[in-house]
Amino acid sequence: MVDKKPVILLLLAVIIVALPLALYNGKGEGYFTGSDDQGSQAIEATGYQPWFNSIWEPPSGEIESLLFAVQAAIGALIIGYVLGYYKGRAKTRKEEELDNHLAASEQDKTELNKNE
Amino acid sequence: MHIMEGFLPWQWCLFWYIIALPVVAYGVIQIKKVTDEHPESKPLLAITGAFIFILSSLKLPSVTGSTSHPTGNGLGAVLFGPAAVSVLGAIVLVFQALLLAHGGITTLGANIVSMGIVGPFAAWLVYKGIQKVGGSPSIGIFLAAVIGDWLTYVTTAVQLSLAFPVPTFGSAFVKFILIYAYTQVPLAIAEGLLTVVIFDYIIKLRPDILRTLKVIGPAKTGETAEKSPEVA
Repeated sequence: MVDKKPVILLLLAVIIVALPLALYNGKGEGYFTGSDDQGSQAIEATGYQPWFNSIWEPPSGEIESLLFAVQAAIGALIIGYVLGYYKGRAKTRKEEELDNHLAASEQDKTELNKNE
Repeated sequence: MHIMEGFLPWQWCLFWYIIALPVVAYGVIQIKKVTDEHPESKPLLAITGAFIFILSSLKLPSVTGSTSHPTGNGLGAVLFGPAAVSVLGAIVLVFQALLLAHGGITTLGANIVSMGIVGPFAAWLVYKGIQKVGGSPSIGIFLAAVIGDWLTYVTTAVQLSLAFPVPTFGSAFVKFILIYAYTQVPLAIAEGLLTVVIFDYIIKLRPDILRTLKVIGPAKTGETAEKSPEVA
């Protein structure tokens, strides 16, 4: 029996994220700029000039996407590795317990036979 | 929530650094303590850090027509406490500041305060509060993650309105709240849902670690008897 709760929750999350794309579909360009950039623009609109620039900037949008993808990939790799390890561990532990249990009942039986 | 490089006057950069650094230092001590006492919690610490890594790299569309990224700070705050998350958040923010030109070294202190301190601290309080009134761990982690994410962005709006009260603090606050916190509402809810999924899975696989970290209550008597047949 598959647990439905995570499936439903993930679907809801996907809907929340996909819905805006549908809502703004066909409205042309100019939407979905980053809130961080809008914040910076609002600050510049007050007449402020940043006093320090980034030491290094990704030379293009593609390189920036690449680095963001690498960041997400590193995170996903670690989570997948650890959760997989946990799952394998839980499974072997259950099997061992079952084996011990069986061995113990075997032992009980032989002891009972001896007593007889 | 990233305040870009150089986009805060130096006095404010200094101010937020002074607030952030002691918390990060305390967080390093906390992490050392918990990994010394419970070495089995190390992989879990890696998961919470990785969760922040993933979520803060995803810029998601919001119904307001702009994009923003979740923070991932609620999970870590609930599992290891807010101070530990300030360290994890700082690592992610340094990575993004140096390699992605997203955020900055001058504004690092301010960004650690919003994503690594205020958000996680609120998330942790919410989880503890719900635990106290007897709410289920799923509801607790959901609300903790939503609040942790959202208050991160509210904090950024407050920080910017303090630094740029043009023409007044109030009107600047409305302006920045509209940019940050309003966009963030649906994304915070999506982050809450995702966090419940991973949290439930961790509870299922390793309830023992969560109990030693006091994230969930002690096992019910029936459950322990079932899991340790050798006692009976």
